[in-house]
Amino acid sequence: MVMLGAAGRDRNDMESGALHSEGRPGADAVRRIADAVRRRVLEHTLTNNGGYLSQACSSAETLATLYTRVMRLGPSQAPLVPRPFAGVPGPENPEAFSGAGYNGPRAPHLDRFVFSPVHYALVLYSLLIELGRLGAGALAAFNRDGSTVELIGAEHSPGHELTAGSLAQALSQAGGIALGRRLRGETGRVWVFMSDGEFQEGQTWEALAALAFHRLGNLGVYVDANAQQCDGAMEAVMTIEPLAERLRAFGVEVHEVDGHDPEALAVPAAGWGRGDRPLVVIARTDPCRGIDLLRARAPKLHYVRFTDRQDRAAYQRLLERLRREAA
Amino acid sequence: MDTVQRPHRENLVRWAGQRPEVLVLSADLTSSCEADGFRERYPERFYSFGMAEQNMMGFAGGLAREGFYPFVHTFAVFVCRRPFEQVAMSIAYPNLPVRLIGFLPGITTAGGVTHQAIDDIGLMRLLPNMTVLECGDATEVESVLDVAQGVAGPVYVRMLRGEVPRLFDPAEPLVLGRSRLLGEGRDLLVLSSGICTEEALRATQALRQRGLAIGHRHVATLKPFGDDELAQAVGETRFGVVTIENHSTIGGLGSAVAELMAARGVGKRLIRLGLRDTYAHGASRAYLMREYGLDALALTRAAEDLTGERLGCDEEALAQVQLETAPAAERVEDL
Repeated sequence: MVMLGAAGRDRNDMESGALHSEGRPGADAVRRIADAVRRRVLEHTLTNNGGYLSQACSSAETLATLYTRVMRLGPSQAPLVPRPFAGVPGPENPEAFSGAGYNGPRAPHLDRFVFSPVHYALVLYSLLIELGRLGAGALAAFNRDGSTVELIGAEHSPGHELTAGSLAQALSQAGGIALGRRLRGETGRVWVFMSDGEFQEGQTWEALAALAFHRLGNLGVYVDANAQQCDGAMEAVMTIEPLAERLRAFGVEVHEVDGHDPEALAVPAAGWGRGDRPLVVIARTDPCRGIDLLRARAPKLHYVRFTDRQDRAAYQRLLERLRREAA
Repeated sequence: MDTVQRPHRENLVRWAGQRPEVLVLSADLTSSCEADGFRERYPERFYSFGMAEQNMMGFAGGLAREGFYPFVHTFAVFVCRRPFEQVAMSIAYPNLPVRLIGFLPGITTAGGVTHQAIDDIGLMRLLPNMTVLECGDATEVESVLDVAQGVAGPVYVRMLRGEVPRLFDPAEPLVLGRSRLLGEGRDLLVLSSGICTEEALRATQALRQRGLAIGHRHVATLKPFGDDELAQAVGETRFGVVTIENHSTIGGLGSAVAELMAARGVGKRLIRLGLRDTYAHGASRAYLMREYGLDALALTRAAEDLTGERLGCDEEALAQVQLETAPAAERVEDL
């Protein structure tokens, strides 16, 4: 709705753009979407007196580029107002549902999206709203009891297909999905969005070895390399660098790009997909991008909680300024 | 009756023949888990993941989401310990039809503590949506795949390999949620599982000869646990219940029976035979069964304890018991 004015009205440009490259939005349009995502996440961080704000700063362009310029998705199949939680999956509960419908129907030629660092959920919900896939009022249910619009998303949450909250488990599952799709002869690809901290877990490297070994050229990964984690800067907690070299040594196709440049983000995906090598795009990002106030908090950026009224007021003023600038 | 050499190996190849949706996933223990026949016959449905079980569980979950039925083959310890969180979050939570086939239960291996799954049933019983099965003989090995495949969600199978005794008539396959009646009698009730059933058959035969009326049921479905017949037998026993299992006494059959007795208000004693909150070590199966009290002798002592009588069932008496089944020959196992 950034681009379009009133809430969620303008989905047609985006949806058709997602399916036909000639109609896809340009870099400026993607930037406007990303900025709107930041404002919405800031607004809800203020409303909730805390939130995963720096993740929006770092990943907004990457996620917006994936949805508008990389992935082949059909229109949302899910209600604009998210359904309440219907219980955990199990033999006694046929009512349990998936949040993947927000990413369009399942079809052999369409792509699938796997969202791994699900503490970025608010960023994804906000993006789905900007794209008209989710109603503008959906965040009223954010982190409310009985809602699927959870603080840390699970497979029933809008835009989510897996329950990935323990981190570093989604890539293996996406590998199984990609292998299954290849066995069925499907042409659609599987896209995984990851955070850089997940490259500290051994399972990620097990998964990369298996993806390359089984030649899963239908799986691509975008990594939000914001160099931050819960305890602070990754270089102080446990470095994963040199990430690109390590990934190349595992046999995957690697690109390292400016994660705030939609054009640079989209290029690697455009030139990939006909071979048998998985793709990893490392999006180098700034965890304070667009919200400079955050820099004073470094290296504690993982979860933002306002220290006092003055602190909160400063962010409120910033939100108002960002809104004016966008108008 | 007799023993069967590697029943799973042949059965898997036969069983999977007309089931193109069945895949086998392996983590470098393919022959050790008797999946090599499948690999040779259906190479396009066999996937090797190397020594990387966490990732293998995730792939299994993803494949199951796409409509395939992954049969994960590895040692039970490597199903339940290292990738426990992956089994919980990538398979059990979404209730996916992954079949986890775990080999080397308890002290069946001389491989020592790293290879002995003494906690697997407890760990898998803890997981919501998980069905837990344990094979006790060749007939159950040959019928457990059908049972597992009939379950919509994930299944953990505690599997036997190598030379496996045939205790049960092949015409009486494993049935989900139904314990197997092996003897009737209301003085005391023996509930056994896995390889301990053979020991229990030996002990109950000797005890019956001494006039004790012993009920005996074999349990292959550890979760969901407690069919009506089993519950009724528990309620009718005069002195109490003895469970005997190749597992820790915490979390497995003994715990399941204790839960059932408490829930039903059965005010009788329960003696749980198994590994008593201890690890084991590398040695022969017979040696370890004696050392940790998982054998016929331990069961007769438990019967004496419950009845308060000296039953005179010593080692010599037990040695004279002629089972209709041939005991598995001792041999060094390949790892």
